[in-house]
Amino acid sequence: MIEKRRQKLVVIGNGMAGARVVEEILKRDPDAFDIVMFGAEPYGNYNRILLSNVLNGSQSAAEIFMNPLSWYWENSITLHAGVKAVSIDRERQMVIGKPMKKDALAYMVSGDAAFEEKTIEESYDRVIIATGSRPFVPPMEGFGGPGTFMFRTIDDCERIADYAKECKKAAVIGGGLLGLEAARGLLTHGVEVTVLEAAPQLMIAQLDAESGQMLKTTMEGMGVKVMLEKITAKIESVGGRITQLVFKDGSTLDTDMVVVSAGIRPIAELATVSGLTVEKAIVVDDQMHTSDPEIFSLGECVQHRGRIYGLVEPIWEMANVLADVITGKNPDSAYLGSKLGTKLKVMGVELASMGETKPSQPSDEVVLYREPGRGIYKKLILRDNRIVGAILLGDIEAAGPLLQMFMSGSKAPDRRSEMLFGDAPSGVSMVQAVTMPDSVQICNCNGVSKKQIVDAIRSGCTSMPKIGACTRAGSGCGSCKGMITQLIEAYRGGDDADPSEHFYVPGVPLEKSELVAQIKKRELRSVSAVFDELAGGKECPASKAGLASLLKSLWPEDYVDERDARFINDRVHANIQKDGTFSVIPRIYGGVTTADELKRIADVAVKYKVPMVKITGGQRIDLLGVKKEDLPDVWKELGMPSGHAYTKSFRTCKSCVGTDFCRYGLGDSIALAQKIERRFQGIESPHKMKLATAGCPRNCSEAYVKDLGAVAIEGGLWEIYIGGAAGGTIRKGDLLCTVKSHDDVLKYMGRFMQYYREHARYLERTYHFVERLGIEEIKKVVMEDSLGICARLDAEIQRAVDAYKDPWKEAELPAYPTQFSGPELAAILEVAESNG
Amino acid sequence: MANPNDPKPLTFNLGGVEKLSDSIGHCFVVCGEEIAIFRQRDGRIFAVQNRCPHKKGNLSEGISGDGKVMCPLHSHKFDLTSGKGTEGKECLKTYAVRVTGGEILLDFPTASDEEPECCQTSEQHA
Repeated sequence: MIEKRRQKLVVIGNGMAGARVVEEILKRDPDAFDIVMFGAEPYGNYNRILLSNVLNGSQSAAEIFMNPLSWYWENSITLHAGVKAVSIDRERQMVIGKPMKKDALAYMVSGDAAFEEKTIEESYDRVIIATGSRPFVPPMEGFGGPGTFMFRTIDDCERIADYAKECKKAAVIGGGLLGLEAARGLLTHGVEVTVLEAAPQLMIAQLDAESGQMLKTTMEGMGVKVMLEKITAKIESVGGRITQLVFKDGSTLDTDMVVVSAGIRPIAELATVSGLTVEKAIVVDDQMHTSDPEIFSLGECVQHRGRIYGLVEPIWEMANVLADVITGKNPDSAYLGSKLGTKLKVMGVELASMGETKPSQPSDEVVLYREPGRGIYKKLILRDNRIVGAILLGDIEAAGPLLQMFMSGSKAPDRRSEMLFGDAPSGVSMVQAVTMPDSVQICNCNGVSKKQIVDAIRSGCTSMPKIGACTRAGSGCGSCKGMITQLIEAYRGGDDADPSEHFYVPGVPLEKSELVAQIKKRELRSVSAVFDELAGGKECPASKAGLASLLKSLWPEDYVDERDARFINDRVHANIQKDGTFSVIPRIYGGVTTADELKRIADVAVKYKVPMVKITGGQRIDLLGVKKEDLPDVWKELGMPSGHAYTKSFRTCKSCVGTDFCRYGLGDSIALAQKIERRFQGIESPHKMKLATAGCPRNCSEAYVKDLGAVAIEGGLWEIYIGGAAGGTIRKGDLLCTVKSHDDVLKYMGRFMQYYREHARYLERTYHFVERLGIEEIKKVVMEDSLGICARLDAEIQRAVDAYKDPWKEAELPAYPTQFSGPELAAILEVAESNG
Repeated sequence: MANPNDPKPLTFNLGGVEKLSDSIGHCFVVCGEEIAIFRQRDGRIFAVQNRCPHKKGNLSEGISGDGKVMCPLHSHKFDLTSGKGTEGKECLKTYAVRVTGGEILLDFPTASDEEPECCQTSEQHA
């Protein structure tokens, strides 16, 4: 048998398209080709989208490389870096390249002067042309001299940054995406920047007139001057230094340097001299063939069905098709053109744009929302109930699903506002990556789908850097990082990783309301009984603690308390630390203690050699580093009840000094905090509840950002806020109601707590719960009694209060024999038998 | 599996089974090693090394059930029969344990420095 000779593939161009198509080919068949690449730049391949970060110094040039030089030799690719392919000799099947001189611009139409003498020839079986595009310089006098620049490569960034050091003023010609990025980069070099745009608005390819005007205002607020409808006729210099620009209308602008970033043009002269069909760009068919079937092309240098693309997503699609075809994996694979939609960040302003920017037919429907004060603008264009264009400026949270709808051509929801704000009736934000289909592309810079990211998370990549290393997602512009974080949270291992995410606990296949109904109907009073009846007897360890919490709230008086279902903290009523010791926090009602209590705390700390005594954020005193065996004695000697700082329950109610001493106090916040804490101490809940009372709206005790907070206001009134947070999540609570007395505060807080206990998912904090249900809905239930359940809620919370027992009383009588014991020594004397 | 040249394990009597509450672990120190023992409601009994390979969490204090245990520190999970963990290559040493006449009997290998079984590659060490 004759061994098949490996075919030789020559790739012309080492930019994002060239390197990407090689990667796709290697993915499909690493042994199909001997690969040779020509790249006019003397580097490996880098992410051109991030060049503006290099110019503004937020990333170094080294950070934006996608394929370092080592990638080429690891994959046995011969790279001619710094060598420009100048023609293809199709008779001899040979690509001819010339090394570039050191300072020659890689992307310019090069005369012989740009090259070294040598030529490099590579024979081929197949060729891929990925020469990309070059900056477009509008016709003007004086461009090309000192102080004039283009903005396309790493070397350009360096030259611009260098020259800017000597300058006070810079002009950027071009008010499109690239021009604004160049302006942003220049700002960081301390020059005064003016952007010049020929059109009457900025970013005419992505924005309409109004959003363009808003962007202009934003830019000007950041210190960039913008001049519209200015066409530069001449750059004037004196003694080798630029002095001013002269515009067609006769006006002038003083400047020291000029950066032109006014769009791009395909690089196609190589194809032209090689006799391939070139119109506006290199013409390709749906399989990415040029007019020579052995020669393919992709990227910004091609013209497909009459269109030229200048964004990265179409390149990824073309690379997939080309790799399918050239490796023979799927010869019928076809590129059918791309719909253009993109998310961008321009000078920190987030922007998403897709399809058409203006209505073009009389029946087009335009949905518009604008909020000029915050620089927010949202516009949708619908035709036949489908999105044909959209602009989001300033707030692009809804961009993901919108892009999805636009790309797939799916029908728009009847409530148009849902598409702009994501206020779907379920209360679930539309941009939740978790609910998107697997095929959705999350990282648009690197073309990574939701499925690829989820697969990576499941294989153990549970952090942003790991995801980046494994899939590249998030390593481009970074605008998808929020969605990736959502995915990591939803799919990483551990208790909440189960696909059964709607189950209350992973080991019992029921959603919370069904589970509660079954437990009540069958009168299941212990965790093991729930497993026996509802989970086929399988005692899932990850489900036990959640079930225990639920059962305790359903059967306050006669719950059968199986201690193995409790997390260690709840077995020993203290919080486990990383070295296996425990933290002990006694209850100090409202944060008010006495000299006598402090003495006892000090005595205990000395006697039991407590390594650290710390004041907590909740106005308590924490004894850290107590041994498990010492817990009962520590509690007894403290003579104070448990502070429950280790469990999912009511934790603390802190307070400010209120009317007792404070000269601003409007209400007695200390007495209220103590009443709240005495009433609700230890009440189990789906997650912890941290409370506070504030004697006036100055909020010294942070009541606005607590799970429940009461704030005194003028007129002897109290406001109750719910769903606040000031931990990893920060959220001001929503106002539930304003009441007249301490008793009313206790009543409505208790009612809300019970509703939360009954309806929140396990480990769902109030700030998620309130957001999920919506404050209006909760008000209806808790304040207006829309479901007729308020009397029952009040009675249930009273039952829970009545059933409260201080768990530290177990110091006197352990709940099970080994509750507080440490390791037990098995002495060698106890050898029962030796089989030896 | 058993190497005929290995010394036979010693059997330790760890005392009455009543000290093991349903599915609540208890830690014994045998020949200087901490061993966690669990007895489930269905009567099955397991013995594994007590310290989690991740950050030395005390597994006898973890929640167990269905032949598994979750470390109290970071919820790493282990199978009590095989010792296999769900995180990467983590695994536990396992020990033969049984209840006879109401007493807990544990076999403790005298050649004790071998790798846990689930960490070994298919090629057995000599």
